[in-house]
Amino acid sequence: MAPILDIKGLYKNYGQVEILKDINVAIDPGDFLVLVGPSGCGKSTLLNCIAGLEPITGGSLHIDGRDMTNVSPKDRDIAMVFQSYALYPTMTVARNITFGMKVRGVDAATQDRKLREVAQQLQIEQLLSRRPGQLSGGQRQRVAMGRALVRDPKLFLFDEPLSNLDAKLRVEMRTEIKELHQRLNASMVYVTHDQIEAMTLATKIVVMKGGVIQQIGTPSEIYNTPANLFVADFMGNPAMNLIPAKASQTGGETRIEIARKDGAPIVLTDARTRDLPADVIIGVRPEDIAEPGFRASQTAQHAECTVDIVEPAGADTFVVMQMGGKQVTARLHAETTARPGQVQQLAFDLGKVSYFAPDTGQRLN
Amino acid sequence: MTDMSLPQTRGRSRAGRIALRWLLYVILGLFALYYLMPLFVMVTTSLKSLEEIRTGDLMSLPRDVTFDAWATAWSGACTGIQCEGVRPFFWNSVLIAVPAVLLSTLIGALNGYVVAQWRFRGANLIFAAMLFGCFIPFQVVLLPMARLLGLMGIAGTIPGLIFVHVIYGLGFTTLFFRNYYVTIPSELTKAAKVDGAGFFRIFWSIFLPLSLPIIVVTIIWQFTQIWNDFLFGVSFSQAGTQPITVALNNIVNSTTGVKEYNVDMATAIIAALPTLLVYVVAGKYFIRGLTAGSVKG
Repeated sequence: MAPILDIKGLYKNYGQVEILKDINVAIDPGDFLVLVGPSGCGKSTLLNCIAGLEPITGGSLHIDGRDMTNVSPKDRDIAMVFQSYALYPTMTVARNITFGMKVRGVDAATQDRKLREVAQQLQIEQLLSRRPGQLSGGQRQRVAMGRALVRDPKLFLFDEPLSNLDAKLRVEMRTEIKELHQRLNASMVYVTHDQIEAMTLATKIVVMKGGVIQQIGTPSEIYNTPANLFVADFMGNPAMNLIPAKASQTGGETRIEIARKDGAPIVLTDARTRDLPADVIIGVRPEDIAEPGFRASQTAQHAECTVDIVEPAGADTFVVMQMGGKQVTARLHAETTARPGQVQQLAFDLGKVSYFAPDTGQRLN
Repeated sequence: MTDMSLPQTRGRSRAGRIALRWLLYVILGLFALYYLMPLFVMVTTSLKSLEEIRTGDLMSLPRDVTFDAWATAWSGACTGIQCEGVRPFFWNSVLIAVPAVLLSTLIGALNGYVVAQWRFRGANLIFAAMLFGCFIPFQVVLLPMARLLGLMGIAGTIPGLIFVHVIYGLGFTTLFFRNYYVTIPSELTKAAKVDGAGFFRIFWSIFLPLSLPIIVVTIIWQFTQIWNDFLFGVSFSQAGTQPITVALNNIVNSTTGVKEYNVDMATAIIAALPTLLVYVVAGKYFIRGLTAGSVKG
């Protein structure tokens, strides 16, 4: 299947400053690509480059096989939803949605038919004669989506469309966007700084930092096998525990030793990983540290730890401990008996463990 | 019982507030009187006969109201050797001010739109240069402008005066529109570009409809400037194209014998009426426009 969007060796400079460096991404039709990263990582700039709103300094960009590198936004067959919605303030909702068709010279009957379709789809029929100033945040969001949908484009672009909504509405709209994607089977590129949005929506995630792609993969790949310390730390909430440790080879196993200031080190063994350097950073998700027998796993190994803080969160209870000079979070079940200051027996599951080099931050296994 | 004392204290402070409010009104009233005094003198004097002006008090109301002075001012007063009143000059001013105001407002809106929303290399430099144009004393440009008008073949004509006023109005009109348009989120332009709209389409369909408050401010500002202008009017006009400000000066200065104060006053009021009218009609938009902040989308 030919990629719907194919970016090769894209560079973007503002004067002497490199904003994007050697970006290579391709997605298939029907993919939901999420660009995620901290603010200033270049993800919105990349989206603007895809839209043609920012000229690119180097590289090429193809949409559905056509070279779009120097094509203006209106001829790229894209639609875009903006963070501030960017509705035209003096136009009614109906005129906002049909403005693009009017500019392109679509006849009035078609305009009207498409407007009705989209309005029905998004349940905004009763709003068509209002102006953006008379709408709530969620309603504006829908109108902005309607303006994109009515175009029926090759590629949908979303620039942090949910970040201006309150928490509850954000979750609702997130589900709605996902549902929309499944129903239309459309290709979408979505920018967010919210890693939960990225995980829930994407079929493919691009994690960016400082204008450089850190990792491209499915949500599961990004979550379970992060390519470096940055991705490991950025994706997941609470973040992955990244603990400095000593590794040594004993027979066929790797012995991992995590120092503790209040007693003997924790010693774990990993039979599946070999040839690690002496100094490593071991990455363990909070859910891979649990009470013995609770999330039973063949690779689980037990250790006693002193609990510092207990944070009940409804469905789970998080406990925080000190290991290797770092705070380590474990996800225990809601009715755990762990109490601050007490020793708790914990099971470490190394089935999904990650190892990173402390100096380069790159993944080792 | 406890709530009995409450209204009392509140009552006392209310009395204080009312007193303060009255003091404020009295002071404001005095200021208003002070500012209105010259207008009062002008209006009453214009309605008196010369005889009454000579014998009466400057501040007194006219004994016999007569509009003779107004009629003379409009169509009979002498400017130099011509005695046609200010009527032809009034129309000259209209013919100069209306196109000059509209053109400088429209071009200023386009300039402001470009500088605020279509960032290009050197945009800031060009905007700074235009701002600098606001601060140039007009006396400095008289000679070069006279030469330019001569080269263009429009020296001493009404189109020439329109040209001069448009050029020297652009600094301010651009500034007004630029400051208004920078508050409009750039995502609006981006959305319109994705929708397929071009430079002028975006300006016409999205920015101009948003601009009513700043258009009113600019029109008032430009109309006042151009209508009241004397320097350009006296420098770049000739017989037949002089604006009303120049005529007013000529009428007041070129009388021989008796000074017709009533005619002078009526002429001055006629000359000031259009700007007064613009402020009365559009004044509230002026205040609103000056304080207008960002546009909620």
